[in-house]
Amino acid sequence: MDFAFSEEQQMLGDSARGFLSARFPSERVAELAGSDAGWDASSWREMAELGWIGLSVPEEQGGAGFGFIEEAVLFEELGRSLYPGPFLATVGLALPALAGTDAIESVISGDKTATFAWAEPTGPQRLDDLESVTTKATGSNGDRSISGDKALVVDAASADMAVVAAGTAEGTALFVADLAGVHVESVSTMDATRRLGTIRFDEAPATLAVEAAQTPNVLERIRLRALAALALEAVGVAQSALDLAMGFVKERKQFDKPIGAYQAVSHQVADTYMETELARSLAYWAAWCVAENDERAPVAVAAAKSAAAEAAVSACERSIQVHGGIGFTWEHILHRLYKRAQWIDAFEGFGAEHRRQIATSILG
Amino acid sequence: MDFRDTPEEAAFRSELRSWFQANLPDGWKDKGPARGRTEEEISREWSKRLYDAGYAGLTWPKEFGGAGAPYTHQAIFLEESARAETPEHIGVIGLGMAGPTIIAHGSDEQKTAHLGKILSGEEVWCQGFSEPGSGSDLASLRTRAEVDGEDYVINGQKVWSSFAHIADYCILLVRTDPQAPKHAGITYLLADMHAPGVDVRPLRQITGDPEFNEIFFSDVRVPRKNILGNENEGWKVAMTTLLHERGTLGFALTARLEVLMRKVIALAKETRSNGSTAADDPLLRDRIARQWVELQALKFTNYRALTSLVKTGIPGPEGSIAKLHWSESNQRLTKLALEILGPAAQLDGDEGVWGGFWQYQQLRSRGNTIEAGTSEVLRNIISERVLGLPRSR
Repeated sequence: MDFAFSEEQQMLGDSARGFLSARFPSERVAELAGSDAGWDASSWREMAELGWIGLSVPEEQGGAGFGFIEEAVLFEELGRSLYPGPFLATVGLALPALAGTDAIESVISGDKTATFAWAEPTGPQRLDDLESVTTKATGSNGDRSISGDKALVVDAASADMAVVAAGTAEGTALFVADLAGVHVESVSTMDATRRLGTIRFDEAPATLAVEAAQTPNVLERIRLRALAALALEAVGVAQSALDLAMGFVKERKQFDKPIGAYQAVSHQVADTYMETELARSLAYWAAWCVAENDERAPVAVAAAKSAAAEAAVSACERSIQVHGGIGFTWEHILHRLYKRAQWIDAFEGFGAEHRRQIATSILG
Repeated sequence: MDFRDTPEEAAFRSELRSWFQANLPDGWKDKGPARGRTEEEISREWSKRLYDAGYAGLTWPKEFGGAGAPYTHQAIFLEESARAETPEHIGVIGLGMAGPTIIAHGSDEQKTAHLGKILSGEEVWCQGFSEPGSGSDLASLRTRAEVDGEDYVINGQKVWSSFAHIADYCILLVRTDPQAPKHAGITYLLADMHAPGVDVRPLRQITGDPEFNEIFFSDVRVPRKNILGNENEGWKVAMTTLLHERGTLGFALTARLEVLMRKVIALAKETRSNGSTAADDPLLRDRIARQWVELQALKFTNYRALTSLVKTGIPGPEGSIAKLHWSESNQRLTKLALEILGPAAQLDGDEGVWGGFWQYQQLRSRGNTIEAGTSEVLRNIISERVLGLPRSR
């Protein structure tokens, strides 16, 4: 039993934190959140050069050949810095479906970003629902096209291509479609640092990425990776909210004392620390289970995602509370962390949805 | 990072499983869930078997009769003991608190006199720290010790002392200098519980059981050579004891919570109401799942603290949350068990489910956020020592 990161993994985390805090200090995050594009395309290439995008892709496919634990280290730091950009969409969601396609090279190199389009306005809302996909794929090898409406697409507007779930005669399969010339619309979301969009495919050209027979397996893999990645991100968000709270209550004085000396304040910070550490333990466990293809991976990610998202939400709520008025202003970064925490909480359903799965596993 | 046992750890785990299988007292497993005080005779016999097999004091150095095993073995031992629902070692206080403190601060003579007997269960120990007027503010204690020739003469009252009714020795904090600032006038003694003037009275708790005791000292003579550390420097020694009380407890507590979790799952499956079981109720299912998640979080947080203990010699700061979170989680879990029972939850005797097991557990759990550091004190410790927030007093 060894529950610690290797020296190499710790160095990766340290260097990621250094890069992200230099490129995305909170003023820059706020600026990007208010911009039309919502992200900084120029730093994407740098992240590709650091090897982040293809981190867990095998070397023979052009990646760095690491595993999901290394990716998990990155996701925690990305959450901590509230990185705004299509990293989750590209690496967390699209990448596993792109393995073996021609598209993967341009994604790993940083030339192209990608996302995953599975939810539909009147069809599936969650990744595990393959049955109700109404988007259709027609044609055969070399001459495929897809038609249908997709909703809740993560970072749709900043993605160059999308992996699309569409029905075929053999069942739902996954296709890759270039989004240039396709109607993509950004919708208003609480979290402006990770936007959602709708995509209308109208006989859009596409290539087959994953055959229908393989799609359930690939989808389950994507789902587990994405939930574990978001658990890690949530831990990063919670840590940021905790750091801000600790810093503030040590400095802010009322009634001639730093407010952190009042137990009504300090105990809220202590509770945040406790919940963040508990969530961190679950998130690391889940990441390890995903990396090792451990049989407990489904319950581990369900536990980690539900607990970490809830811990992040309450970390932000307590942090806003102990900050008092300043924490409630638009100027302060806290509301952006809070909205990201809620984004994560909602993804693939709030906590109760994941606990339902756990209940099935422990109670039958 | 690897959550699997190493081959060596796996071997130790399977050795323990077979040993428990072969050595549990006859009829122990059919006895059903226990409530209340440790059963003395079973516990004494069990302690002896553990000692003979070399499982007492796993992490104690070999020179003091321990196994000199790594902390991971202690963690595995606690997990497997809980899983097998073994009796308790009679020397909970001796093994976990008195022994490690004697190892750290004792004279050679004291080590020779006590450590072996603590391991074998021959000597039972209790703790004389809390007083009616000194709970969280332990250093305000008032039990007096006055020098008379070669002895201290002790007068005062201690409270919340488990095992005192059968104890041979007591780790006792007394005030030797009433003029000094409160932390500076305390001395740590090893007191013979059979000495004249020691009076132990059972203290009945909200469960109805007298698990704890009060100890009254009236002109009790304790030889001056029974001091642990130096006169008036007992506070430092006491901190070693408390570090061990809070530090090594996490695994034992979590393992016990895991046993209760399994029982709650069984209870939910067997409790029927209106034609279906509690395990079919979506609201209860969500809460059971939530408890399960909390348990996993606690378990893996302990593993993280343990890894850092093994690698650096000091437990990680995350270990400080184990007792705090366990106590609150245990309260929620036991209350959930009563809710699963529904209207029958009031029946705590033979007519009730499992003979009142859950009613006892639920009431007992209210002590968890008070004993061994109240949750308020633990939150202060996290705030001030882990997070570096300004002191509240």
